[in-house]
Amino acid sequence: MLKTFRIGGIHPEENKLTAQCPVTEAAIPRQVALTLNQHIGAPANCIVKKGDTVKVGTLVAEAGGFVSANIHSPVSGIVSKIDKTANAFGIYTQTIVIDTDGDEWEESIDRSTELNDKIALSTDEIIQRIAQCGIVGLGGATFPTHVKLTPPKEFTPTVLIINATECEPYLTDDHALMLESPEQILIGCRILMKAIGVEQAYIGIENNKKDAIALLAEKASKYPGIEIVALRTRYPQGGEKQLIDAILHKQVANGALPVSTGAIVQNVGTAFAVYEAVQKNKPLIDRIVTVTGDGVTRPGNYRVRLGMPIGELIEIAGGLPAEVSKIILGGPMMGKAVSNLEAPIPKGCSGILMLNERHAHRGPISPCIRCGQCVSVCPMGLEPYLLAKLSENHLFEKAEKESITACLECGCCAYSCPSNRPILDYIRIGKSAVNQIIRSRKQS
Amino acid sequence: MVTAIIILSIIGLVSASLLYIISRKFHVEEDPRIDEIESILPGANCGGCGYAGCRNFAEQCVNATSLDNLLCPVGGNEVMKKIAPILGLKAVEQAPRIAVVKCNGSCENRPATSHYEGAHSCAVVAALYTGESNCNYGCLGEGDCAAACEFGGITIDPVTRLPHIDPNICIACGSCVKACPRNLIELRRKQEPRIYVACNNKDKGAIARKACAVACIGCGKCAKNCPNGAISLTDNLAYINDSLCLLCKECVDGCPTHAIQIDKTTDGHSVLTKEKESALC
Repeated sequence: MLKTFRIGGIHPEENKLTAQCPVTEAAIPRQVALTLNQHIGAPANCIVKKGDTVKVGTLVAEAGGFVSANIHSPVSGIVSKIDKTANAFGIYTQTIVIDTDGDEWEESIDRSTELNDKIALSTDEIIQRIAQCGIVGLGGATFPTHVKLTPPKEFTPTVLIINATECEPYLTDDHALMLESPEQILIGCRILMKAIGVEQAYIGIENNKKDAIALLAEKASKYPGIEIVALRTRYPQGGEKQLIDAILHKQVANGALPVSTGAIVQNVGTAFAVYEAVQKNKPLIDRIVTVTGDGVTRPGNYRVRLGMPIGELIEIAGGLPAEVSKIILGGPMMGKAVSNLEAPIPKGCSGILMLNERHAHRGPISPCIRCGQCVSVCPMGLEPYLLAKLSENHLFEKAEKESITACLECGCCAYSCPSNRPILDYIRIGKSAVNQIIRSRKQS
Repeated sequence: MVTAIIILSIIGLVSASLLYIISRKFHVEEDPRIDEIESILPGANCGGCGYAGCRNFAEQCVNATSLDNLLCPVGGNEVMKKIAPILGLKAVEQAPRIAVVKCNGSCENRPATSHYEGAHSCAVVAALYTGESNCNYGCLGEGDCAAACEFGGITIDPVTRLPHIDPNICIACGSCVKACPRNLIELRRKQEPRIYVACNNKDKGAIARKACAVACIGCGKCAKNCPNGAISLTDNLAYINDSLCLLCKECVDGCPTHAIQIDKTTDGHSVLTKEKESALC
């Protein structure tokens, strides 16, 4: 019996079309654009000016607060513009644009492919290096990793969990990474264990990636304290609370930090980035992006320089399919539809998904029939139909009492609704309104 | 049978006397004027006065020392004139106001760059992305304002996809102002005609113009030409102060992007002079 989380969850069609595609290097883009708020928290502060020459790995923007991250140049070239440009969702944000000229790297970066499994740095030095290299959670939430590794003093981490579930349909970037660099991930995991001072780590992988489970289990025997856990394929297993529940059988109380259970969860892509930062001194300048969907000519897992225009990567993958109707940044469940293809790929982008009219279409909305489907699939045990109705009618105090803030926005409710009701759309605005109320209450 | 009647009578008697004692002991002395004022008020409970319903407004009136800052937008000056003698205060004549939409981004003026398919709510769209056009500030056309209007005074024009405010119905309660996630609706002085900048785009001119043909580009021409200094410019956006505006229309004629609107009431309908026929979005 494979482990999984207790309540709710769904198993949508997996559609992992690119599961067997090895990681392909995408060509270096002619121009990159780096938005200053591509992570959660305060936007970074730009430290270069127009006309400056930068190399690959040069720091171009410094963390703008405690919860914030550094941003480095992913190409070598000249800063051509620092201005507001439209991001993937059409919102104008402050951006650094760099015109590529050659491919010259900072000398401090070790570009050799040789495996380095000696962890020479101390705990503090590791966290400092991770902060310097601008590492953020690569699962999609983009929470600065160094902040997550320094939990509030009252909590003592006892275990590290690496999230390699990749529960979203279509996406295979973590899968490809595990097949390509298993040892690097395991060393990254050891580094993270040292950083938080724990002796035990679990790598949770869903059972639809049997080759990755076998490969990592074989290599893990060399690294003490790391255990590979095969999990039943079920969405949203990659949610922090769901993963802690699945592996440790511990539940995170509503409103509490996940670290209150003693577990710190990091994404497998983050573990790899941590390996590169700590052992090779390489900042976060590239990542693997799955390009997939209906009618894509060359779907695959591409290693791309961050800041590459979305449209350019689609060209590399064979161009826009003729019948494309919706392009999504991320997976089909939690990803967001893109409205601007000139926008750059941010740190948190795990995939670009192109859907045809049939798959993208949201059916006609009909009234709620009280079937309770959304209640039974909600992994947080909430009543989504009720929360949506309360938000729609601006009854935010009531929504707060119904624990709307516990919603992780996984979209299981909207996915399973037979009336095609936009449940999550309404919950999302209700949640942000309630969070605002809570914040203003704290201030007064 | 007899016992039952006796027992019930005793219970009834005891409960009645208890209720009487309690109502006497905990009686709250209330100003009778509150009830009187509440009966005069229209009873819309819209909250447009800034208080939680008509009764709360009546309480505020009774406690107030002057009626300067109190106005029932539904009843208007007439109702305030009736309230004033009850309180022995002077009614202050207040200029009537009306809601105006500071966006003229019709389908023709700002081309759609994407198609939205989701919950029909501006708040939802605003939380997701920039909307169907490239303007980060303009009307999203899903009708949160129309849904918020308790009086049915706002309709979304099927051709322009912009809200249309009926000047005969609008009582400037401000519900729509709060409902608009992009803060596009403003309560302005109800005068003939009404001149205002029908744009809320704070981006630089080039970006604003690229997104919408009738965007305010912040050129400042209107501010320079205004004979009464009624126009100010902040964040690449002009604003006309309606208490200083002389309705000379100098700015309307001079605006290079036709961002400044003249809005007037004709045959019971509000008519935009620069309105054009445009295709359905």
